[in-house]
Amino acid sequence: MNAKNLISITDFSKEEYLRIMDLAADFEANPDQRLLDGKVVATLFFEPSTRTRLSFETAINRLGGEIIGFTDSSSSSVTKGETLHDTIKMVSNYADLIVMRHPLEGSARYASEVSNVPVINAGDGANQHPTQTLLDLYSIVKTQGSLNDINLFMVGDLKYGRTVHSLLMAMSHFENPIFNFIAPPELAMPNEYKLYLRSKGMRYFEHTEFTDIINEADIIYMTRVQKERFPDPVDYEKVKNVYILRNKMLKHTKDNMRILHPLPRVNEIHTDVDSNPKAYYFDQARNGVYTRMAIIAHLLNLK
Amino acid sequence: MKKQLNVSAIKQGTVIDHIPSTALFKVISILKLDHCKDMVTFGNNLDSKVMDGKAIIKVENRFFKDKEINKIALVAPHAKLNTIKDYEVVGKYVVEIPDEIQDIARCFNPKCITNHENIDTYFEVISKSPVALKCRYCEKITHQDQMEIK
Ligand SMILES: [Zn+2]
Repeated sequence: MNAKNLISITDFSKEEYLRIMDLAADFEANPDQRLLDGKVVATLFFEPSTRTRLSFETAINRLGGEIIGFTDSSSSSVTKGETLHDTIKMVSNYADLIVMRHPLEGSARYASEVSNVPVINAGDGANQHPTQTLLDLYSIVKTQGSLNDINLFMVGDLKYGRTVHSLLMAMSHFENPIFNFIAPPELAMPNEYKLYLRSKGMRYFEHTEFTDIINEADIIYMTRVQKERFPDPVDYEKVKNVYILRNKMLKHTKDNMRILHPLPRVNEIHTDVDSNPKAYYFDQARNGVYTRMAIIAHLLNLK
Repeated sequence: MKKQLNVSAIKQGTVIDHIPSTALFKVISILKLDHCKDMVTFGNNLDSKVMDGKAIIKVENRFFKDKEINKIALVAPHAKLNTIKDYEVVGKYVVEIPDEIQDIARCFNPKCITNHENIDTYFEVISKSPVALKCRYCEKITHQDQMEIK
């Protein structure tokens, strides 16, 4: 029961973030390290998430591990009324590590209490998706050379976007971050996060317009603005084009600036941005494989 | 005028006073007095100067630990305890909201695993007045006005 887990981004210390960054760089430089030889990893996807699953399975394959598991509970025993408790109890007798995605919030923490082997949360509802945050950190350190002194712009749905909340929490461990929030009032950054930053004496600025203020940015972190988030569709119509990043807006941005997005995008980044060298979201997705290799190696003490 | 006793006196044990009438049976269930072998007497809807209707519970031969009794703080925040020996009050105690609440309140988040599977809830108390509870599982905060007792 004392297995090391990764359930919430707050489970890791600053030292552990840095260790994951180092390990990820090591795997990127030398991806064929068969540290999982003879080990079995279970990927339990109670709801489909193709990108996250492929990224984990690539990481496991590159480490030489075997994969068991399922995706979407409709094809598994779970629909026959088996509890999460029983599924985890059974699988933790088969596997050396469990990667789990589940639609209910808190399911991953619960699974880690039931399991005999480490559990990695690959998303529990709208709650946590810590491996996304670690790959975001890795993308920042790779492109900026450091996690200190970063001017980070977060754009889009800052109210419900769990990736921006987790990234904010993680970045607050480092020196002198500046946060700039760009969102429509309906999707503004929740108060609790602003209070948290204030309590740590950290600077943040709020904007509703997406203008040349981004010329200050080191990182622009884009998220989807979803129509369903607006109680009145008229409000959505008003904002839908305001928060689209276009290539012409990048003209005077800093040379080191990079654009991140957790993907998939809908239309918040115009495709004319893709060929700009500052577009980094597809590289960011590749970084996810190295970061997940690092997380697995760290939790299983393989490195 | 002679004061009338609504609930008989006990020789030794604990008297829990100032329980809101609406919370009486919750207190009984939280302290598991419904499975208790000792004599338990209670009165409900008693007159009170300070409450809208109060309840009182007397448990013969039982002395509660602070930790045990604080479990009722969420439903009976003003409860007072008197410990009795030889018909005399020998100790007084006021309940206090503990730092952690196990399996008493429900998480307000309908998407929380604790509302879908038969598991104990655990909350960290992040504010005592007004009460705010952080769920160990979904990490959401249940505020006093959203609180429901299991
Ligand atoms: Zn909860």
